[in-house]
Amino acid sequence: MELYELTIHELQEKLKRREVCAREILDSVFYRIGAVEEKIHAYISLMRETAYMQAEEADRHLSAGEGTEIMGIPIALKDILCTKGFPTTCGSRILENFIPPYDATVVEKLKAAGAVFVGKANMDEFAMGSSTETSYFGITRNPWNLERIPGGSSGGSAAAVAAHECIAALGSDTGGSIRQPAALCGVVGLKPTYGRVSRFGLIAFASSLDQIGPITKDVEDCAILMKYIAGYDPKESTSVPEPVPDYRQFLRRDIKGWKIGVPREYFIEGIDPEVERVVKGAISLLEREGAEVVEISLPHTPYCVATYYIIAPAEASSNLARYDGVKYGFRSPDGKDLLEMYKKTRSQGFGDEVKRRIIIGTYVLSAGYYEAYYKKASQVRALIRRDFDEAFSRVDVILTPTTPTAAFRLGEKRDDPIQMYLSDIFTISANLAGIPGISVPGGFTADGLPVGIQFLANHFQEGKLIQAASALEQLLISDKRRPSE
Amino acid sequence: MKITEKEVIYVAHLARLELTEEEVGKFTTQLNDILLYMEKLNQVNTENVEPMSHAITLSNAFRDDCVEESLHHTLSLSNAPDAHGDFFRVPRVID
Amino acid sequence: MDLEPVIGLEVHAQLLTDSKIFCSCSTHFGANPNHHTCPVCLGMPGILPVLNRKVVEYALKMAVATNCSINRKNYFARKNYFYPDLPKGYQISQYALPLAEHGYLEIETEEGKKKIGITRIHMEEDAGKLVHDESQPVSYVDFNRTGVPLIEIVSEPDIRSAEEAVQYLKALRDILVYLEICDGNMEEGSFRCDANVSLRPRGQKEFGTRTELKNMNSFRHVQRALEYEIKRQMFIIESGSEVVQETRLWDESQGVTYAMRGKEEAHDYRYFPDPDLVAVFVDDAWIEQIKSSLPELPAAKKARFMSEYGLSPYDAGVITAEKALADYFETCANLCGQPKTVANWIMGDLLKLLNEDRRPITECPVKPAYLAEIIQLIGDGTISGKIAKEILSEVYKTGTAPRTIIEKKGLVQISDMEAIARVVEEVISNHPEQVAQYRSGKEKVFGFFVGQVMKETQGKANPKLVNDLLREKLKA
Repeated sequence: MELYELTIHELQEKLKRREVCAREILDSVFYRIGAVEEKIHAYISLMRETAYMQAEEADRHLSAGEGTEIMGIPIALKDILCTKGFPTTCGSRILENFIPPYDATVVEKLKAAGAVFVGKANMDEFAMGSSTETSYFGITRNPWNLERIPGGSSGGSAAAVAAHECIAALGSDTGGSIRQPAALCGVVGLKPTYGRVSRFGLIAFASSLDQIGPITKDVEDCAILMKYIAGYDPKESTSVPEPVPDYRQFLRRDIKGWKIGVPREYFIEGIDPEVERVVKGAISLLEREGAEVVEISLPHTPYCVATYYIIAPAEASSNLARYDGVKYGFRSPDGKDLLEMYKKTRSQGFGDEVKRRIIIGTYVLSAGYYEAYYKKASQVRALIRRDFDEAFSRVDVILTPTTPTAAFRLGEKRDDPIQMYLSDIFTISANLAGIPGISVPGGFTADGLPVGIQFLANHFQEGKLIQAASALEQLLISDKRRPSE
Repeated sequence: MKITEKEVIYVAHLARLELTEEEVGKFTTQLNDILLYMEKLNQVNTENVEPMSHAITLSNAFRDDCVEESLHHTLSLSNAPDAHGDFFRVPRVID
Repeated sequence: MDLEPVIGLEVHAQLLTDSKIFCSCSTHFGANPNHHTCPVCLGMPGILPVLNRKVVEYALKMAVATNCSINRKNYFARKNYFYPDLPKGYQISQYALPLAEHGYLEIETEEGKKKIGITRIHMEEDAGKLVHDESQPVSYVDFNRTGVPLIEIVSEPDIRSAEEAVQYLKALRDILVYLEICDGNMEEGSFRCDANVSLRPRGQKEFGTRTELKNMNSFRHVQRALEYEIKRQMFIIESGSEVVQETRLWDESQGVTYAMRGKEEAHDYRYFPDPDLVAVFVDDAWIEQIKSSLPELPAAKKARFMSEYGLSPYDAGVITAEKALADYFETCANLCGQPKTVANWIMGDLLKLLNEDRRPITECPVKPAYLAEIIQLIGDGTISGKIAKEILSEVYKTGTAPRTIIEKKGLVQISDMEAIARVVEEVISNHPEQVAQYRSGKEKVFGFFVGQVMKETQGKANPKLVNDLLREKLKA
């Protein structure tokens, strides 16, 4: 096996035993990038120079006997995470040449632990999208089928992990943007509890929904990365001072007697029968292992998408007001006065989907509509959360399909916003309620496309997610398919 | 609730966006579909439900009144589309 | 028509914290442009605000000092609009649930004390500064001021004249300064005021159409602007027209208000709770702590000085205008036990010296103990009042104790009756002409003799004794 095909924990073993060095691992990853990146386009930019410096530094520490679980490991960063001294575009023309003078907190943390940054991964512009088709820098293709989307908005991160163009990646999730692409690309993706991982330096889309999380090849890698990125940050007011457990302790543990909630409302909407088959297969496996499947109800499920598509754009319309051509980023040369400069900058700098959401968001907050839309949605949000509180009083975790279908074709839904929004139907609720969720590969459709299984747990119960996902992963271990080269 | 083209233009102005005629038409249609979809929410009884603006119940996230070194001004200005000396320069506001 | 003015005032006060409201940049004035900025106050992508606890403390002090009720849970909201000095494209402020509401303060009017209601006090961040280029169609932005903490204090429309408005502003400013949370300087912009003005027939409940006045940079501006606007609206209404609701700017040079050019859009600020900040929770313990930390406020101090020290309302007003001055007075008065005398000295000679030098009372070389000493020395006859003035000047210049100066310069008053008598007799015998004039009825000549005696004694003779002795000896 090539080094680039291995996981974090496998590589750590080799590094500890001095079988390989960080530089070699990086060489392997860049070799792989050279071979497939042109087809997949997972990256907006590569950080070759600094990556090698980091690898050298890591090797120095490792030879001195010092190390962390992620030292020397090549990681991709979704280009929504600010990297000091290196361009951070958020997939948008309006930030094409923006070079942040600061690192995001998670970037700082990974740096301190000796990780190596391969490059900035492609994404839907400003994280608004479910297919990575709205990036100003071009689309990313699904490594399992190049005619299909990788999912979004963290499509680049998921594709990079699936295609072994990095060992692991960080993505961000506002309505499913880690879990959905992870599912469509056949990898693991976790969205932490809101407030678990610092948002400082994460370019904001919807502040009350955004979270950063790992996208990895297996559950163990996910547990490892979580340990390094989670934790209280005084630079974020919404950061929760909850202690961070070593999530590795939840791996390969029994789930006998666990109550697994299956929400009846999640199996009504138009799910692809292939997806349903895979999910039902996973449920059976878990039952055989001794878990008890409990049918639960999340009655406000039908309102999740509408609630999300009021709240997220509203917050986004405000968060994106700072892109005005005054202090940083793109400024249109065509503006004759201030007002024109604003309008042309923003109209030329933003893509259609971003504009659409800004307009929706501005509308629902505007005078006369606030009560009817934003306030109403905030109230329904409270009810959605209550649904989960109720459910978790009866079950350990909830199991759902991650997506209603496997990866659709590139261009298929681009002009149908509602269809596009509905692909988030299973993931959105977790962001609204602030609870953590993980997508773990569950199998494949008859067409050979990956299907993801989602577990949801209560606030700060990422351990339960790891445990459930690890258990399922162990049960499915026989099917070790890989995307065709 | 239906949104008219006029409203779309007004809202675009509020958001400092300039739309072509074609875009106004397209957005108006799409927005109407989306807003119509959102009317679902009227089916939900939200009487006496406190709006949820946060997933967490923290309060009083404070910092001490300590001064720390500012960003060096050259870095503050480093991304400016038009820096002029120590200032950010912009086209004139028309009063 | 009997029209009464209805005025409400909106004050923005910059708080004297060391660091900004949501980041650790310095708030101190005078730095080079954009030298006190960071990614947070510049509104860069991905940054987040964290609230400075002291801002809440200071805002609470003002709220308690103005009898407001505190909203135990209060929230920040975003006020969304586009302007170059607003880096995030929104201002973090408070909207639906501000820190404090329903307070008041009292002002003195001709009819006596009047309560002016305070609708609300809330916390928010200041914006940057925009400088317009004279020749080119460009502007320059300095973000040093973005993020400096402000409290906005909104009054009820209880004010009925320009005079009352200024009284209210002064009272508000005095409290802020006493609390040491704001330096209350309108000219420098740490204390800003906008006004809402309308007229209505006396006795009517409904408000008339109001205009908003801006660009008033001193109390004088406020007074003049309001007087002008009231007259302007009166003229419009009395001639049968209607007042237009608009924003008007005060032009000090022309002495008029004028409507802002261009169509003024009603701003749709799209307020919503800021998702990057959590609630501010004020419990009883915190409020108690604030209450117990409050100093005696200006109005209370003034009243106490009048009752305890017998000062006139005017004198008490002047002396309590500045907390440091009031403290100075009190220390001194307690040392020498002659409050009225202390007040006179302060309001006369001492303030004159300080004003010439533009020095604040806190930097006065004449310590309260020194002034007290001087007063005591006059009282026991050691020095004369006139000499005392000289001594005061000397103490001011050198900072040395009065007694030292008196000894050094030998300024002890001559109260030795015999010694004075001798000089008096000498003067009388040397000026027979004037003696004759006096005895023939020219009362004015008396002053001449006094002058002579003083000259002979280098001004040190006890004036009363000189007077008495002269009178006696000139009696023929």
